[in-house]
Amino acid sequence: MLLIRCPYCEAERPEVEFVYAGEAHIARPTNPSALSDEAWKDHLFTRSNPRGRHFERWRHLHGCGRFFNAVRDTVSDRFALTYKAGLPRPTDAEIDAAQTPATNAPATNNAPAAQIQEARS
Amino acid sequence: MTSFRIPGKGRHAAAAPVHFTFDGQPFQGVAGDSLASALLANGVHLVGRSFKYHRPRGILSAGSEEPNALVSTDRGQGRFEPNTRATVLELYDGLAATSQNRWPSLRRDVGAVNDALYMLFSAGFYYKTFMWPKSFWTKVYEPFIRNAAGLGPAPVAADPDVYASRFAHCDLLVVGGGPAGLAAALAAGRSGASVILCDEQAELGGSLLSETDAGIDGRSGWGWLDETRAALAALPNVTLLPRTTAIGYYHQNFLGLCQRLTDHLTVVADGAPRERLWKVRAKRVVLAQGSIEKPLVFAGNDRPGVMLAGAARAYLNRYGVAVGRRVAVVTTHDSAWLAAFDLARAGVTVAAIVDARGTVPAALVARAEALRIPTRIGWTVTDTAGRLRVESVRINPVAADGTVGAGQTLACDALLMSGGWTPSVHLFSHTKGSLRWQEDRQMFTPGETVEDGCPVGACAGRFGLAAALEDGAEAGRAAAGALGFTAEATAHRVTDETPLTGTSLRELPTDRDPSRIKAFVDFQNDVMAKDIRLAVREGFQSIEHIKRYTTTGMATDQGKISNINGLAIAADALKRPAPAVGLTTFRPPYTPTTFGAFAGYNRGDLFEVTRKTPIDGWAEAQGAVFEPVSLWRRAWYFPQAGEDMHAAVARECAAVRSSLGMFDASTLGKIEIVGPDAAEFMNRMYTNAWTKLAPGRCRYGLMLGEDGFIRDDGVIGRLAHDRFHVTTTTGGAARVLAMMEDYLQTEWPDLKVWLTSTTEQWAVIALQGPNARKLIEPLVEGIDLSENAFPHMAVTEGRICGVPTRLFRVSFTGELGFEINVPARHGRAVWEALHEAGQRYGITPYGTETMHVLRAEKGYIIVGQDTDGTLTPDDAGLGWAVGKTKPDFVGKRSLSRPDMLVPNRKQLVGLLTSDPQTVLEEGAQIVLDPNQPLPMKMVGHVTSSYWSAALGRSIALAVIEGGRARQGETVHVPMPDRVHSATVTGTVFFDPDNTRLNA
Repeated sequence: MLLIRCPYCEAERPEVEFVYAGEAHIARPTNPSALSDEAWKDHLFTRSNPRGRHFERWRHLHGCGRFFNAVRDTVSDRFALTYKAGLPRPTDAEIDAAQTPATNAPATNNAPAAQIQEARS
Repeated sequence: MTSFRIPGKGRHAAAAPVHFTFDGQPFQGVAGDSLASALLANGVHLVGRSFKYHRPRGILSAGSEEPNALVSTDRGQGRFEPNTRATVLELYDGLAATSQNRWPSLRRDVGAVNDALYMLFSAGFYYKTFMWPKSFWTKVYEPFIRNAAGLGPAPVAADPDVYASRFAHCDLLVVGGGPAGLAAALAAGRSGASVILCDEQAELGGSLLSETDAGIDGRSGWGWLDETRAALAALPNVTLLPRTTAIGYYHQNFLGLCQRLTDHLTVVADGAPRERLWKVRAKRVVLAQGSIEKPLVFAGNDRPGVMLAGAARAYLNRYGVAVGRRVAVVTTHDSAWLAAFDLARAGVTVAAIVDARGTVPAALVARAEALRIPTRIGWTVTDTAGRLRVESVRINPVAADGTVGAGQTLACDALLMSGGWTPSVHLFSHTKGSLRWQEDRQMFTPGETVEDGCPVGACAGRFGLAAALEDGAEAGRAAAGALGFTAEATAHRVTDETPLTGTSLRELPTDRDPSRIKAFVDFQNDVMAKDIRLAVREGFQSIEHIKRYTTTGMATDQGKISNINGLAIAADALKRPAPAVGLTTFRPPYTPTTFGAFAGYNRGDLFEVTRKTPIDGWAEAQGAVFEPVSLWRRAWYFPQAGEDMHAAVARECAAVRSSLGMFDASTLGKIEIVGPDAAEFMNRMYTNAWTKLAPGRCRYGLMLGEDGFIRDDGVIGRLAHDRFHVTTTTGGAARVLAMMEDYLQTEWPDLKVWLTSTTEQWAVIALQGPNARKLIEPLVEGIDLSENAFPHMAVTEGRICGVPTRLFRVSFTGELGFEINVPARHGRAVWEALHEAGQRYGITPYGTETMHVLRAEKGYIIVGQDTDGTLTPDDAGLGWAVGKTKPDFVGKRSLSRPDMLVPNRKQLVGLLTSDPQTVLEEGAQIVLDPNQPLPMKMVGHVTSSYWSAALGRSIALAVIEGGRARQGETVHVPMPDRVHSATVTGTVFFDPDNTRLNA
C-alpha cells in the first residue's frame, strides 16, 4: 500500500484514503464545439502512458475530498511529489530536486510539495 | 514401531509425550516436535503421493520449503485444512493428520499407474495428451483433469474460526529470527528504536537451532541463543513474533505478516483468533531469511528416505531424531559432511559420503576418517532402489575425463543429499529488487531495491554463522543510526565454525541415458530434468515459458527447492548463461496463507456495509422480501399470505393503478447544489437547460459522460434561484457527486457553487395512484395541492403530518404521484401515519419489483439497466432532454462525433411478444433471421421484461440496431426453450397520452 502526501492536508496518508483520477494536466477545452473530431478524440482518449514519470490526478476522497496532482514513477510506483490542482506542471529539475536519494525513506516528499507551492504562489 | 529418537539429543529431549494419528494409526511424539520429526522418530518416511505420477514421497526438508510432505488435518467442526506441510505443523495432543493424493491407501495407490504411463504426462502434457479426439474434451479429459487436479481435497464446510488483523508501525522490522536477525534486532533494540522481529518458526533461532558445534561470545551456540532471546524479550521497545511468516513485502516498506496463534494448541479458548494478519509499516527493514538447501538431480532422488542433508541435521540436533540407522550421503557441498559427522557421533551408521566433487577440504576427510566414515570422492549417484523407502543407492566412480564407471550398490535406509544453498531472495524480489547472478556460486544474490530494506547473512549470499552475526549487527546498527538513534554494532566472536565450500552441478553424472531416467527437479509438480530439456528442444526459450509449459516452480512452494536447478538445466540446454535465461518472478505470499487471514474481520455481516433506510424496519416487520441495490437493501415486494412474487407484484401494481400505493424511495441519491452560480453549474453538468426553470418547478435531468453516453438521470427541483435539489439513481449517487466535484474543483474552480450529499438526510416516501392527493390533502400545512397551484413536476416546502417536508409532485409510475421528503428521523413516523390514514383507500406498500414494472409500462428507463454506458440520449429516445441551444455541457461535443450519428446505432424500443404469455429473459439476444447459420448476427438485446398486470400481457424494452426505424417489424429472441418472436413497438405501453399523471 502506497503512502501518499495530500498537498492540502499536508500529511502522508495510506493509499486507501485516495482514489486515482487519471492523467493530469489535460485541461478541458474552453469551447469543445470548436474542436475538430480528431482533436476532440485526442482530448477524450489519447493518454501519454509513459514508462517512468507520470503526471496524474488523485483525490483525497476519504479525507479532505480535494483533487490534486502527483508525479509518480510507473516503474517503481514511487511518488516524486504531489502538488495542488491548478499549479503548473513541475519541471524535471524541480522533480529531481524534490526526490531525495532514490533509495530513501518514504518520508521523502514532505518538503518538496511545499517548496513547489511557494515557488509558484 | 522402533523409535528413532536419540536419548538426550535435541532441544526437547525431556519433553512430555504427545499422542497423534497419521492416516488413523496412533503414534507418539514429544512436545516441540513437528509432525515430520514425530513421524521420522517413528521411522515413517512415506507421507504422501506425488501430484502427477502418484510416486511415493517422503519428507524432503525440515522447513517451510517442503514440497512433498503435505497432509490434511481436521480439527473438527469444519476445521479441515489440506496441504499443510508436515515440516511446519507443530504437534499437539490429539492431532489427526491424513496423507493426500492416494486411493485407496498411501501404501497401495491406484493412481500410481500414472508413473508407468510417463510418456502421457511429459512436459506440456495438457497440450498433447488431451488434444485428440475433440469429442473427448468435455466427456473424458475434462472430468479426468478435474478429478486429478489439485493436491489435497478442498474443505466443504464454512471455516468457523476467527481471524484477527492489526496495523503496526515500527522503526525496524527484522524478518527472520536466525543469528543474523537476532543480531540485528539486538543492535537496533538496544539503541531504543522500536523493533519488530518475526520468524515463521515456533522458536526463534533459525539455523542455530540445528547447530551444535559452534560457540558464540564464549558460550555454546544455544547458550548465546537463550541469552539473546531473553535480552530481546526484556526490551520494551522490541516485539518478538515467532510463528509469524512475512508473506509479502509491498511498497514503501509495507509488509504483511501472518501470525499463527492457536494451531499448535491442544485446547483453544472459544472465540480465540486462529491467525492474525499484521500490516506493518516499517521505517527500515532487515531481511534475514536465510537460505534454502538445493537437492541434487539424479535418478530416484524422490524416493522416500532421500532427503536434504541439512534437514537430517536439523532432525538430529534440534529434534533428537535420527532419520535412519544406516544413512548414505551424496553431496557437492561441505555442509552435508557436517550432517554425516553429527549422525555418526550420535551412533548412526554412515554407509558412505559420496562427493561428486574432485577434491574436498582435507580437514573434512580427516574428520570422516576419524569417525570411520567411508568416503567416495569424485563419485556419483546414479540410482536408488526400494519400493516405499530407499533400500540402496547405486554409486559410480567418475574419471577425470567425466567417464562414469561401473555402479556399485550400497545399502542404506536414508540418503542425504546437498547441492549447496540458495539465498532466500523471495521477499527482496517482492520489492522488484534486482538480483545479481553469481556464476561461480550458481546463485542469485540481492542487488538494488528502491525500498529501505537490507538483506543480511545467508539471504544476501553471506553464508556462515560469523558472517550472519556480523552482517546482522551492522545492519541493525545502521538502521537505527539512520533514524537518529545511537546504536552500536556489537561484535560477536564465533568459535569452532567449520568454513563451508561447495560447487554446483546440474544433473549428477550418470552412465545411463539421461532422457530415460527419472531425476526430479520440481518434486511438488513432478517435473523431471528431462522435461525441462524436452521443453527447450520443443522451442521454449524464456524461463517464464518453460515454467508454464513444464509447470516447474508453479506449485504451492513457488519453486523454493527447484528454481535454481531448473534454471541451471534450462540454461545448459539453451547453451546460454543463467542470467540470460532469467529467474521466474516470486510473488506474495511467501508461503501458502489461509483465506481466513486475508479476510480477517471482513466476513459475514462485516463483509460489506448494508445500508438501510429509516423505513426498512417497518418493511421487515411486514414480511417484505428484500433485494440488494448497490449497498442498500430495498424491499423487493410485500407478499401476503400464500402469495408468490408474481401474485404479490400483480396485486401491488393493480393497487397503484386503481387507488394508491406507497413506496420507500429513500435510497435515491440526493445532492443539494447551492450558490450564485448553481444554475450555470447545472447547465454545464446536465444536458437540459436550467436557466429558465422557475423556482418551485422540477425537471427531468440527464447527465452524460464527456464521451456523450448516459451516466445518470433523476428529477431535479429548483427550490430557489440559487438552490437545486438533485436526485440521482440509487447506485449512482456517489459517482455523480464525485464527477460534479471533479469538474467543480478542477475545471471550473471559478464557479461559486457548493455541493452537499443529502441522500441520508431525507427519507422519501413515494405516494402513487389516483387517490394520492386525497390522502395527503388533509395532512399538509402551508401547501396548496390543487392542480393549478401544484401541477405535475412541481416542488414546494411546507409541513406534513406535523414535520417539515420538501414535497415533489412527480411520478415514476405514470399515475398522479408525490414524493414526500421528510428529515430522515421522521421518515418512519410519517410512513406509518400515511399508511394508517391510507387504509380507507386500500393503500398498498409496494417494492422495487412493482416499481420496475410500473415504470416499464410507461417506458421510463433505468440507467444501468436499459442503458449500459454506450447509449446516447438519442439512442435512449431522450433526445428531447438535450438543450440544443446550450453552448456547452459535459458530453455535448461527443454527440456530434461521426460514430454517434450513424443510423444503425442501437436504439431503445419496446417489444411485444407474439405469445402474450411469454416473458422474455432480460439479457436475451435478438436476431432478425432465426434461420441463419450459426453464429447468428445479434442486433441487440432485451434490457427490461415483465408481466404487465395492467395490460394483461408481457412487455419488454430492448436495444436494437436502428430499432426506431424497425417499428412494426418482427424480431426473434432465441431462448433456452425455443426461439420467440416479437414485434418492435414504441417504448410507452400504458397511457401514452399521460392523462393519468394530471388526474
